[in-house]
Amino acid sequence: MVRRLDGGKLVATAFLIAFAFYFLLPVAWVLIAMTKDTGDLFGSFGLWFSNPDPIGNLDRLFSANDGVFPRWMLNSAIYSGVGAAIATVLSAAAGYGLAKFPFKGRELVFSIILGGVLVPTTVVSLPLYLLFSDVGLTNTYWAVLLPSIVSPFGVYLCRIYASASVPDSMLEAARLDGAGELRIFVSVVARTMTPALVTVFLFQFIAIWNNYFLPLVMLSDQKLFPITLGLTQWNSQTYRNPDYYELVIGGAAVSVVLLCGAMIVLQRFWRAGLTAGSVKG
Amino acid sequence: MSSAAVDRTATPAEAQRLRRRRRVNPALWFVAPFGVAFALFFLLPIGYAVYESLFKTSSSGLGLSAPTRSFVGLENYGDALSSSDFRSSIGRVLLFGLIQVPVMILLATILALILESGRVHFKSFFRVSYFLPYGVPGVIASLLWGFLYVPATSPIVEVLGHVGVHADFLSSDTVLGSIVNIVTWEFAGYNMLILIAALQGIPDELYEAARVDGAGSFRIAWHIKLPLLRPSIILATVFTIIGTLQLFAEPLVLKPLSTAINSSYTPNLSAYNQAFSNDNYSLAAAEAVIVAVIAFALSFGFLRIVNRKGRSAW
Repeated sequence: MVRRLDGGKLVATAFLIAFAFYFLLPVAWVLIAMTKDTGDLFGSFGLWFSNPDPIGNLDRLFSANDGVFPRWMLNSAIYSGVGAAIATVLSAAAGYGLAKFPFKGRELVFSIILGGVLVPTTVVSLPLYLLFSDVGLTNTYWAVLLPSIVSPFGVYLCRIYASASVPDSMLEAARLDGAGELRIFVSVVARTMTPALVTVFLFQFIAIWNNYFLPLVMLSDQKLFPITLGLTQWNSQTYRNPDYYELVIGGAAVSVVLLCGAMIVLQRFWRAGLTAGSVKG
Repeated sequence: MSSAAVDRTATPAEAQRLRRRRRVNPALWFVAPFGVAFALFFLLPIGYAVYESLFKTSSSGLGLSAPTRSFVGLENYGDALSSSDFRSSIGRVLLFGLIQVPVMILLATILALILESGRVHFKSFFRVSYFLPYGVPGVIASLLWGFLYVPATSPIVEVLGHVGVHADFLSSDTVLGSIVNIVTWEFAGYNMLILIAALQGIPDELYEAARVDGAGSFRIAWHIKLPLLRPSIILATVFTIIGTLQLFAEPLVLKPLSTAINSSYTPNLSAYNQAFSNDNYSLAAAEAVIVAVIAFALSFGFLRIVNRKGRSAW
């Protein structure tokens, strides 16, 4: 009995280690590749170092095309940070409103929003480009920011969370104290809903950071690009000028390190938020 | 006198109406900001896509006169569906989903169950390593895997070559599988994390009761954890189905590396190229709407099938 249990544990651990290799392989590869020059990239074994010069490569990455790469990083941070922050506020208010104030047609409104979770984002982005070009919004920060503030999933999560965690008695007590609805929401409800808000913010931040179709469709000015769009554009230059390989790999490495660092730091919040989000069950 | 009496009776009624209105109003104020954004940047574009898909813009041969625009009903849908390229792009993403969805959900479930079995060390290290790829944008993941697929830079191809295996990840037979791998790499850990959250919501007493009855870890996982995970697995499956239909960035990035990928490899690539290479927005809109309809049909079809068998998940 004891031997069988140990055997199972051994198999399970071997399985986990094998998949750790799998998931970390591309990350390890890019971190090694970013230390190489183009010659060694093609001429040396991919998973070992060869004349490493990470500082020189980073220097070239950050100064290439008049320092456009740090600009892309900043743009990605603006799109994701501002977009996710506004999306969180809108979702929180809507989710709370739908959870705590019965009104005619409430379930219909919620169903339509929930249906929005199922709509492929590309189906929205393409016609949005046509609409935005009619009003002259394409190729501006707004073109990416405005669609990013809508998160049907955020409303869904906030409604579930508000129903389960904001007690009616608390709202009534605050009303009896003479507090206005907005003040109740800002000072009492928002605090109670914090775990859900953190989850919505992180989800939306990653969703915007990873989004490619929307900026691809909307933007043509390099200065407005997020990292994803910028790197693919550099990548399309590699067939003309192989030096771009170094830039693409360096840029990918920096963005992977950045996001992976954020994931590790924020891991705690993800778990707390997600668990809290499943209070429904 | 009588009018004063009316006034007096009217006042409480009015007050009540006012009060009721005040009670209704907050919902409106809370929902409205999202509602306006949702209507402008979500519902309006979808409506516009449907509208646009019913028209055709044709310019005269020389392109000198202004293009004419006419209502053509469902003609664009007919054009899209009769194009063998577009039809095969739909077939391709359906095949892709048929492989990718079960592979990834199975992997995410197994990883979650092992990590939460309470019997392995370095739990948080493994959890973070599996979850990391979720933070890597699809295009960058595709760039990285692209380097790992191309023989000139790939250590995988090199190592396999040493043991006598000639690996080609980018041929017409293998490239779809290579994309399955990229998408699985990106999202398996994310789905695993959702399932772990669901597992942590299960009260420990349930396991203890089973353990007292002599059930081993495997039987506990199979008979207790899996049934309780069912709603989360179903939800993850629905989101994955929708995601696979939208396949775009991965084939777009791999396209220059593989002759097996053409400009209408997936429905979204096709719609994108119709819009921006051929300037045929109406056909692009029709193709986008078809993708959305299929996504809805598959999501609801899947939910109906799983809900008919036993308890409803949603």
